[in-house]
Amino acid sequence: MAWRLRLAPEKTNFDFFRHQWLTFGGSILLMLAAFLFWGTEGLNYGIDFKGGTTLRTDSSQAVDVGGYRTALEGLPLGDVVITEVFDPSFRADQHVAMIRISSADSDEAVSEDGLAQVKAALSSYDPAIKFVSEETVGPKVSGELVYSSVLAVAVTSIGIMLYIWMRFEWQFALGGVLALLHDVFITVGIFAFFQIKFDLTIVAALLTILGYSINDTVVVFDRLRENLVKYKTMPLRDVMNLSVNETLSRTLMTSITTLIAVGSMMVFGGDVIRGFSFAIFMGVLLGTYSSVYVAKNIVLMIGLDRSEKPKGGKPSDHEFANIEA
Amino acid sequence: MMLYSPLWKRLLILALCAWGILGALPNMFYTKVEAHNDAVSAIEAAAGVATPEQTAALAEWPSYVPSALVNLGLDLRGGAHLLAEVQVSDVYAQRIDSLWPDVRDALRDVRDQVGAVRRMPSVPGVLRVSVGNADGMAAAVAAVQALATPVVSLTGVGQNDLEVTTEGQEIVVQLSEPERVATDTRTMQQSLEIIRRRVDAVGTREPTIQREGTDRILIQVPGLGSAAELKAIIGTTAKLTFNTVIGRTTNPAADPGARNSLLASSDEKDVYYIVADEPVVSGEELTDAQPSFDQNGRPAVSFKFNVSGARKFGEYTSANIGQPFAIVLDDKVISAPTIQSAIQGGSGIITGSFTTEESTNLAVLLRAGALPAKMNFLEERTIGPELGQDSIDAGKTAAIIGMVAVSLFMFASYGLFGLFANVALVINMALIFAVLSAIGGTLTLPGIAGIVLTIGMAVDANVLVYERIREELRIHKTTARAIEIGYERAMSAIVDANITTLITAAVLFFLGAGPVRGFAVTLGIGIVTSVFTALWVTRFIISVWFNWRQPKEIVV
Repeated sequence: MAWRLRLAPEKTNFDFFRHQWLTFGGSILLMLAAFLFWGTEGLNYGIDFKGGTTLRTDSSQAVDVGGYRTALEGLPLGDVVITEVFDPSFRADQHVAMIRISSADSDEAVSEDGLAQVKAALSSYDPAIKFVSEETVGPKVSGELVYSSVLAVAVTSIGIMLYIWMRFEWQFALGGVLALLHDVFITVGIFAFFQIKFDLTIVAALLTILGYSINDTVVVFDRLRENLVKYKTMPLRDVMNLSVNETLSRTLMTSITTLIAVGSMMVFGGDVIRGFSFAIFMGVLLGTYSSVYVAKNIVLMIGLDRSEKPKGGKPSDHEFANIEA
Repeated sequence: MMLYSPLWKRLLILALCAWGILGALPNMFYTKVEAHNDAVSAIEAAAGVATPEQTAALAEWPSYVPSALVNLGLDLRGGAHLLAEVQVSDVYAQRIDSLWPDVRDALRDVRDQVGAVRRMPSVPGVLRVSVGNADGMAAAVAAVQALATPVVSLTGVGQNDLEVTTEGQEIVVQLSEPERVATDTRTMQQSLEIIRRRVDAVGTREPTIQREGTDRILIQVPGLGSAAELKAIIGTTAKLTFNTVIGRTTNPAADPGARNSLLASSDEKDVYYIVADEPVVSGEELTDAQPSFDQNGRPAVSFKFNVSGARKFGEYTSANIGQPFAIVLDDKVISAPTIQSAIQGGSGIITGSFTTEESTNLAVLLRAGALPAKMNFLEERTIGPELGQDSIDAGKTAAIIGMVAVSLFMFASYGLFGLFANVALVINMALIFAVLSAIGGTLTLPGIAGIVLTIGMAVDANVLVYERIREELRIHKTTARAIEIGYERAMSAIVDANITTLITAAVLFFLGAGPVRGFAVTLGIGIVTSVFTALWVTRFIISVWFNWRQPKEIVV
């Protein structure tokens, strides 16, 4: 037999419910912690959600945050946040900083004149400075973006739930979606804990997590559906363990390939997209975990009706599950 | 034992793969193909006449190979982005204000019943008229209502454009709801058209100008220096009038007198003109404006009036020889020349202290006409081309490294079958670019991330199939049978998993904006192409290999 890289032995027989109090309880604790950080620390909203202006500077001179700050002192600006940006892809003489300015008057975006003053002040401090991007979002739009982001997460969750309900049972739909929300909320909690900038692309990342994570869960559910037909008398808990064990190798394989790709994006993809890649990376880790330890536990808790009659008077099961070998 | 699949299916798979590779090819030579495409459209615009440079650019890329390219989003190409909100209610106010003389005349006709009428102060867009005789209220309302006309729109059939109500001694006139809707639509169309013409006149590549929601316009212009520049091009109202000059002063507090205004001069410091409010001719009667030079070789703008404008201008200039008149642009006097002779024929020239660039811009603004309503800018973004290029380079590096790493991993895990999956992965990448190019899709930075994510997730379908084949081999199925069952059994999981991801992509597309939408498009395309390559293409490759080698046993 040729050599093959194996992430899991050919046949595993783990009891994935054995340390349920630790795994499932841990998940609940993590979610609570996420809400706690979200509530107390709050998210480090970018201008997409808070309004304001960001400037990205690029200079051959080293960034001196203190010097920049002094240069901007005395200008009629609101909060100014200056951060130096590091990235392996930068050239040796490339020094990048992000400057986030909220307007002195909280209802208005930073005016064009104000922005011109900022640029003039920084240019006189460092003549080599270039402004490679500038973005201004008014408060009106930022409010709407918050709303549409929440809406997007809700609509996606409901859409996924309906689809799983249609293809499986309602217990699966509920378990699957709760597992999804677990992944999303913990990711948001991580962003709150590390105070990583949270902007529109992060919401896109969260939605991608929804799509990826349900993917993983569906594969487990699919096998569970098949095994429920095959082993009609085996206790539900055992059928679940069997299904997770049977799909374990695949679950790990897919997680690893996705993590490799996303990891490459995180390391080499540049700092502009790093928050996005990081969110997806975390989401993939959590999604893998939750499809093994969270989704099916919820289904087990709710319980399944395993009697013979097809649910809801529907004539048969699902088209793909019936393909005969 | 053979793995069988019908000939038409094999041909279809091969054809799609070939199409994908050919369609993706131009993107490998982006700058060359772009120069070629630009030359093609330039030559077409010039009715077949080509400059030597264009002919050279044309030869860079053979014409029998596809030349459709993926559009690069603003975050990759660099450029300016504006989200503008049109103050549609400005137009209501203008309409209502212009209604007042008609209302006054209509009420004057029934004066014996309604008594004296007077316009009362009110919020913009609402006309309040106090009626002297309370008993004549009904007659007054009827007289005003007679001014209303039916709304011209699809939904407002049978409804009038004015809403006339009474409040005590006052008649309140405003636009009716259907008329407002119809007005909004007109205002938005007009604004879009004017913005489009102004942006096009500057001549940048493929600007995006589209309506968003009810009263917003999104403007994206790749290759433009900054959002401020874009605002200068579209934001200026460019209201041009020719007015009678009453006097000239240096006192900024001078009293201009009734129906006159005190306007600053745009190039003389501390000089003010008193001009009559009623213009002689207005900019709406211009038919053309071009940058030109005056007799001293200084930049100027030459213009031409339509027939009625030419007549009015001719009459005025012949009656006022030796008098100055003012050319007023956006409430500033740009010049106040003295009329030397009667200007017949409706052509003239505006001189001032312009630079060549300013005269070009002024000509563009005059040609395009005034915006119907004021615009507020809600969102402004400028992305420098260097940052865009850095992002492209970083994205490319990440994609290549990700792809090589995933391929190695697949080979290590599944051997020869892993290689088959890797071939499918490469074809998948080609197909994504081919589809994006064919539909004229836009690639953004999150879109690149979507493609990289697809690299990781695309092999998932193969993993599912291969794991299944392993299981089937373990329970002593024959090799060919195991492969077939592997594909069949894995199908339901693959379909369910990908449809849920497709739901996500759809939501992102419909609710997302800008770069996020670009991500949704690449994610969505990636799902469809990856299912195709992972299922059909790998199965095709495996069946060709299997029928050729006839292996007794296989190791997956």
